[in-house]
Amino acid sequence: MAIGLEHFLILSAILFSIGLYGALAKRNAVVILMSIEIMLNAVNIAMVAFWHYSAPMLMTGQIFVIFIMVVAAAEAAVGLALIIAIYRSRDTVDAEKFNLMKW
Amino acid sequence: MAIQVAFWVLAAVIVGAALAVVLQRNIFRAALFLVLCFFTVAGIYVVLSADFLAGAQVLIYVGAIGVLIIFAIMLTRETQRGSPSGRLRLPALLVGLLFLATMVFVIVSTDWHVVAEIPTEPTTSAIAQALFSGEEGFVLAFEIAAALLLAAIIGAIVLVREK
Repeated sequence: MAIGLEHFLILSAILFSIGLYGALAKRNAVVILMSIEIMLNAVNIAMVAFWHYSAPMLMTGQIFVIFIMVVAAAEAAVGLALIIAIYRSRDTVDAEKFNLMKW
Repeated sequence: MAIQVAFWVLAAVIVGAALAVVLQRNIFRAALFLVLCFFTVAGIYVVLSADFLAGAQVLIYVGAIGVLIIFAIMLTRETQRGSPSGRLRLPALLVGLLFLATMVFVIVSTDWHVVAEIPTEPTTSAIAQALFSGEEGFVLAFEIAAALLLAAIIGAIVLVREK
């Protein structure tokens, strides 16, 4: 059975669902951030699969992946800095105890 | 044939590593599984003949983001408490499974437009030309990405700096 576009898209969907579950269910803020990175990687796999199978002559799919990587790196840096700043003031990274901005 | 074996092995390792990230209670081990997951995603890019992206994935995700996350785990010292699931565990499982079922249904039932030609040549110069070619290029987005990274670096320094 040849490997087609659907195989990569289903792999991407499985990976995104795992990341979605982790981001919603976990309490440790670092693990939530890790789950978000898994979701971004799932999207990247779908982008590259579409480039390879649907538009191999246009490079737009790969360029989108590069920009997603840039934004993911910026997000990881700022997110982890926020987590460390909150840990300094509240001594926890439990997302259910972050109720500073709750109304 | 080799491509198929590579795809199935990589897919199994990716899904297993991602599940380990979400289910593992020791968060340091979860971070190591996350690095394994990023590395095998680079393998998937090689299977899809996106050579430049595979290199960028190893450099940015495995190198930079992996080290950043491990540093954050070390600095917050929550390893002994682990990463328990919150109150939303069952709803989250339900949402994840519903999303997965919807996506698989849509993917299987859509008639995708697939081109026969298989790209095999190196993609680096093609990416550079598409990125920087005058009218249809992405020069403005590229400059904005640079400004975004600078803002992120300064923001991270300001947030973490001791008062």
